[in-house]
Amino acid sequence: MRRTTSVSETPGSEKPGSERSIGERPGNPSAGVATATRGTVATGGVEATGTGAVTTGGAATPTAPTYQQPHQPLLTVEALQTHFELRQWGFLRVGSVRAVDGVSFTLDHGESATIVGESGCGKSSLARTLLGLHRPTAGRVTFAGTDLATLRGRALKAYRAAVGYVQQDPYGALPPFMKIRRILEEPLIVHGVGTRRAREERIAAALEEVGLEPAHETWQKFPHQLSGGQQQRVVIARALLLRPKLIIADEPVSMLDASVRAEILELLRTIQRQHRLALLYITHDLSTVRHYAHRAMVMYAGRIVEQGPVERLLDRPHHPYTRALLAALVDPDAANAHQQRPIPAGEPPSLLHPPSGCRFHPRCPAIMVGRCEHFDPEEAHPRPGHRVACWLHSR
Amino acid sequence: MSPWRDGLRRLRRYPSALLGALIIVALLATAVYAVVTIPYSEAQRLWRGGDLWQELPVNAGPVWADRLFGGDAPRTLRIPTAAAPIAEEAYEGVRITEQRLTFDFTYSEFPSEINLFLGSSGSDRQPFVRATWITPQGEQIPLDARRIGANERISISQNQTLEGRLGAPPQIGLFSATSAGAGTDQQALEVQQGTYQLLLETVHFAETSELHGELIVYGQVHGWAGTDHQRRDLSVALLWGTPIALAFGLIAAVGTTVTTLIIAAAGVWFRGWVDAVIQRLTEINIILPLLPILVMIGTLYSTSIWLMLGVVVVLGIFSAGIKMYRAMLLPIREAPYITAAQAYGASDLRIILRYMVPRILPVLIPTFVTLIPTYVFLEASLAVLGLGDPILPTWGKILYDAQDQSALYHGFYYWVLSPAALLMLTGLGFALLGFALDRVFNPRLRSL
Repeated sequence: MRRTTSVSETPGSEKPGSERSIGERPGNPSAGVATATRGTVATGGVEATGTGAVTTGGAATPTAPTYQQPHQPLLTVEALQTHFELRQWGFLRVGSVRAVDGVSFTLDHGESATIVGESGCGKSSLARTLLGLHRPTAGRVTFAGTDLATLRGRALKAYRAAVGYVQQDPYGALPPFMKIRRILEEPLIVHGVGTRRAREERIAAALEEVGLEPAHETWQKFPHQLSGGQQQRVVIARALLLRPKLIIADEPVSMLDASVRAEILELLRTIQRQHRLALLYITHDLSTVRHYAHRAMVMYAGRIVEQGPVERLLDRPHHPYTRALLAALVDPDAANAHQQRPIPAGEPPSLLHPPSGCRFHPRCPAIMVGRCEHFDPEEAHPRPGHRVACWLHSR
Repeated sequence: MSPWRDGLRRLRRYPSALLGALIIVALLATAVYAVVTIPYSEAQRLWRGGDLWQELPVNAGPVWADRLFGGDAPRTLRIPTAAAPIAEEAYEGVRITEQRLTFDFTYSEFPSEINLFLGSSGSDRQPFVRATWITPQGEQIPLDARRIGANERISISQNQTLEGRLGAPPQIGLFSATSAGAGTDQQALEVQQGTYQLLLETVHFAETSELHGELIVYGQVHGWAGTDHQRRDLSVALLWGTPIALAFGLIAAVGTTVTTLIIAAAGVWFRGWVDAVIQRLTEINIILPLLPILVMIGTLYSTSIWLMLGVVVVLGIFSAGIKMYRAMLLPIREAPYITAAQAYGASDLRIILRYMVPRILPVLIPTFVTLIPTYVFLEASLAVLGLGDPILPTWGKILYDAQDQSALYHGFYYWVLSPAALLMLTGLGFALLGFALDRVFNPRLRSL
């Protein structure tokens, strides 16, 4: 069994697949049923709050798009759980990793939201569940009114076209033995798009959009002949090719040079605005969040502990964990270079044996002994659209 | 630049690779030549043997080997009756013809055999023939006198009475300078060079009756490959053995490596019980010995080379290679680009064939090339064990016949050496190329 020990995520650390351990069987339906009952008990608090009030969250943000449909959000996530079974000798269940353990939020058309959390908090598992790569253990994901779990065959393929995916490691995300043109042609071939010529035009348009001009020069190269930033642009172009409604960007810049991070983030934002895409930006880096998304969600140990409009969440954080994250941010002021910052003691909890009650209680500076370690915190609503799961703010 | 083109460019720097490629190209050219000049059915017909080889000597060595060691072994001489002038005299009711089959014998060694093939046509009354041997000195030796049917074979060298008269086997006695008495050392006899004649005096009992045929004085060497105990020209088998060996090796290698790779990839991709079943099957199959199974099938069922090929491929699919490919594919399965492909909806089959398999193809190629000769050798081993294809000529079958006829004991080295040399050449060619490919492509894989 593996435990995550690092407090902050180092760029370049291998992320994809790191949550998976030996013997895990995500696709095993019987395992899902077995853990579902346990999961429901543990997350009763989250479920109790419901999701009805959240729908207005997007609308409250100052930069929310004007055309949005008020009645139905694009993506609704309700009490989502993704657990990974741990087995010994292939059949003995020895526990399960609760990577996502009761996550609820909504995302409107054209809205961008960010999920912030330490490494190992379940961000990537959440992304992969939303992409339909892991089957949720419990809970529901609704995309444009359809339950993701009911999608099969053609409908599932259509869903995959509607959701774009930008990954952390741009080089790893591109098959090294294919030329760029082939790499970009693949999704189009999979979805049976047009003739070879029509596909070429779309590829060229996508490459130009991500700033890789001239397209016919770029597409003759192999991935290793491009710089990291260029590779990530190709990944973004690939995510755009099928004209998605939602793009899930899982740490899109954490493995890039600091010098190109801003460029790539800016590119993502421009594209999001131009195409009115919904964007779910997953990151461990709070500093990139502020000018980026409409809404921010802070994830801790498989749960969202606080969510709300970005400005408000960053300026007036309610949850002790959000406060700690903000306090740990690097301050550009040189005068403070040697100042000691209060970092939450301890380490992110094991998702195999998460702490009882509030997941953050072992590290919380404001722990209320007798309550926090026994009961799941109820969600409080300090403002419309601002939700926080902490006993400090609920009665 | 494409890794493939780059690899080929780097391959050119290995002389061994060039040599290997050259050998393989030569073998391929031979195979194509064999298939084009001798069709498949013709090759089977030729190898079945029988009368169609009757004009060739038994166990004759290749000409070039004899010349190489300075020998002057005789080649086969064929003297047809049609070329000889006919002198005819008519009597009451009968015609008497006289023909002299004339030939020059200039070799310093004795021929291996003498046969006279005669046939009559034109009448159902068979003519009567008396054959007389005339040496260069003019000595006349009566050989035989008999009626000639439609097709007769007069084995002069098997004529026991003649051998008794000559004191030596006829093919020696008829050509020796000094007539041998009883007890003469046959090794001491010397060849009498000069012009020999076979006088055929025929009594025809009908106007229309005719005699035709030929005298064959068999040499000790034949062609570039020699002949076997059934007078079959070994060049047929050596030529045709090439396409068969290459096809067998190639199909078996492709059949095992490609399917093995795809099955390994499928196991890695689907995991769970699919992987478990594949792994257990492999583990069971690895400990099953291939050769005894083939021997069993060959003994109990059929020794057809294509059946053997099928069994080799089927048993080779779940081979140890699955374990190796699985180990290589496991990290590739977790590669982000595979997740990306899943996310845009690529099917399982597409992911296996287009994203996982191509990733380890560079390491597969050298393995594949070095695997080809092992299957060629396997086919030869089966043939030597007596499980060769019953109707097709292969290198292994030649070796089997050679061993069966104690070729080495009798000194017929060519019979063993030529198929063995071809087998070794095949192994050498593929090994040289395969090892060079390995050096070119394997470090590349490590850096990927």
